[in-house]
Amino acid sequence: MKKSVILGALTVAGLAAGAAAAGTLDDVKARGKLNCGVTTGLVGFAAPDANGNWDGFDVGVCRAVAAAVLGDPAAVEFVPTTGKTRFTALASGEVDVLARNTTWTFSRDVDLKFEFVGVNYYDGQGFMIPKDLGVSSAKELDGATVCIQTGTTTELNLADFFRANNISYEPVPIETNAEAQQQFLAGACDVYTTDASGLAATRATFENPGDFAVLPEIISKEPLGPLVRHGDNEWGDVVRWTLNALISAEELGITSANLEEMAKGTNNPEINRMMGTEGSLGEMLGLDAEWAKRAIAAGGNYGELFAKNIGEETPVGLARGLNAQWTNGGLLYSPPFR
Amino acid sequence: MTTLTDPPKESFRLSMLIYDTRYRSMTIQVVAMIGFMLLAAWLINNTMTNLATLGKPVNLGFLTDRAGYDINQRLVDYSNNDSHLRAAFVGLLNTLLVAFLGCITATIIGVLVGVLRLSKNWLVAKIMTVYVEMFRNVPVLLWIVLAMAILIESLPAPRAFRGAEPEATMKLFDTVAITNRGVYVPEPLFSNSLGNIHLFGSSSLRFDLSVDLLVLAIVFGLSLFGIAKVNARAHRIQDATGDRPKTIWINLGLFFVPSVITLIALGFHLGYPELKGFNFTGGTHMRNSLIALWLALSLYTAAFIAEIVRGGILAISHGQTEAASALGLRPGKTMRLVILPQALRVIIPPLISNYLNLTKNSSLAIAVGYMDITGTLGGITMNQTGRELESVLMLMGCYLLISLSISSVMNWYNNRVKLVER
Repeated sequence: MKKSVILGALTVAGLAAGAAAAGTLDDVKARGKLNCGVTTGLVGFAAPDANGNWDGFDVGVCRAVAAAVLGDPAAVEFVPTTGKTRFTALASGEVDVLARNTTWTFSRDVDLKFEFVGVNYYDGQGFMIPKDLGVSSAKELDGATVCIQTGTTTELNLADFFRANNISYEPVPIETNAEAQQQFLAGACDVYTTDASGLAATRATFENPGDFAVLPEIISKEPLGPLVRHGDNEWGDVVRWTLNALISAEELGITSANLEEMAKGTNNPEINRMMGTEGSLGEMLGLDAEWAKRAIAAGGNYGELFAKNIGEETPVGLARGLNAQWTNGGLLYSPPFR
Repeated sequence: MTTLTDPPKESFRLSMLIYDTRYRSMTIQVVAMIGFMLLAAWLINNTMTNLATLGKPVNLGFLTDRAGYDINQRLVDYSNNDSHLRAAFVGLLNTLLVAFLGCITATIIGVLVGVLRLSKNWLVAKIMTVYVEMFRNVPVLLWIVLAMAILIESLPAPRAFRGAEPEATMKLFDTVAITNRGVYVPEPLFSNSLGNIHLFGSSSLRFDLSVDLLVLAIVFGLSLFGIAKVNARAHRIQDATGDRPKTIWINLGLFFVPSVITLIALGFHLGYPELKGFNFTGGTHMRNSLIALWLALSLYTAAFIAEIVRGGILAISHGQTEAASALGLRPGKTMRLVILPQALRVIIPPLISNYLNLTKNSSLAIAVGYMDITGTLGGITMNQTGRELESVLMLMGCYLLISLSISSVMNWYNNRVKLVER
């Protein structure tokens, strides 16, 4: 026992020492690979395809960062994490950036010492039920059995929602989305609750998606975004502005189709600054001038990533809604490249 | 004239610590000890400093914060407004519950299988061999997951019990509902309940003790005491006169009558589960997660216990069996009265370590969503508060405490049954 305490302490000491070392940007460049924490598999957001290549909306962010920093969108090591292991993985330095539909909350930002670099999906928690249950509102769920992934904010929201409405429920804690799917389809729980986008993505993989419905109530704000460790601002800036570049690119009309043309120089100084033909934004970040161009080339701009992975044309079928550009009445608003 | 002088007293010199064989081993041990402690101190100091640099100094204050999450299986009252410490306590009780149930079931199955594996009946012996080899050679996690999958996929959902022509019906005269959310069995209720004793005030370890159960336990204990007295008297008379008075009726009466009278006085009745809303309500709900974990842990550990029992029995020389046969004991009695009591001495020490293994293996509970202490303190609490080091150290402390308690109880028992040597 004594021995294992010491080994444990040794591990923790090692992890802590790893985390304390600054300069993630240099580490990533030296390694030649970006370690990116993703989900264990959520179709549309991050899931390996038939050939074992990771694909999805969150994966797109990882690839864009890798393209900006290393010049190769494929230079990413994807580390699947569960709701429980993700923060330890990031804090210990096992991953450089966590892009795993993680909700930006006060305590995660301040107490857990992470830095949310932005929001790539504005989400909210919803409920999915089989249609033959005959329920039309979450408030009718008194006494229901609810499948829920442990270690998530949804777990706390769920407790708050049922408490506020003075109804009871029976939680069935689940480790991964796949297990939740199994229990839900077998009828071991009446309701599955997680972020509405996750519900849509899960439903898309069902044999008969039409037999299931998502209830109208959205019971929480879940701004999902990539995050990095607190205290390494240079690295935080790289990830933040890579995400902003994808968002701005959509706003400015830069797509993977016209990227080369735009990069030759345009009349719009902001596009020129992003593409590196004007000013020295890349140098300020510690990267070269064409970083943003490569990031966009990796998978297209924000809108293209959205449409390709989770948009209405895909089985997941999410509308842009809150995630439209501010110019279209959404919440996406990148600070200017100046 | 002779003078007797003492040999000159040898003064102690520092070099003797190395060159004098009387002290050398001591010196080496002290140096090794100091080195070991320095290493430990360096590790602890390094951890503390690094955690402080990360902005996460070691602090147990999070335990009193509001937990905010719900736990499905609670042996004591708990709501999401309680503290993390309370949640850990709920988890600890769940761990103890599954460990207790598992140890008992594993022992029963293990002894049975171990004895049957020695059976002269070829088929029985082979079936038991297959059982043992199957269970102990596959990781217990897979058995747990398999048990859960079978329970979920093969049993009917509560929905199936609905309607005029339901697909599934309740078993045992409509008293037990077996669903893929768990088994609902009738619960004991008391209409003239005497209430509860609240222990530990409103602290996180508060505990309600049912007076009804307490009274029942006392009455039953007194009954057993009475039976022991009656038997002692019978022994005395038998020793003195050679005639043993008939005690069976008075013992049966003592066993049942006081308890039954108490039950009637307390207004004992059963609460039956019934389908209401989404789920069955009423009755005791044994969740799938508990059943799957309990079943898998029991069957897995029983395979090891069976081998220990078999080894223990084989360790008793065949002469004992022959001697028992010569005295006219039948094989069943030989096993029960002659072989097993002697085999116990060989069986108990390895049995202890299997109980400990079962208890520690119960930390795999999260695989099926059973909220044991690893799921609450080491799972949700750790995740929501970000206090990894504190949570894990506390968790290790808990398991250490449980394991040491189990082994001290079992060691006490071992000392009682072991051969008394003179």
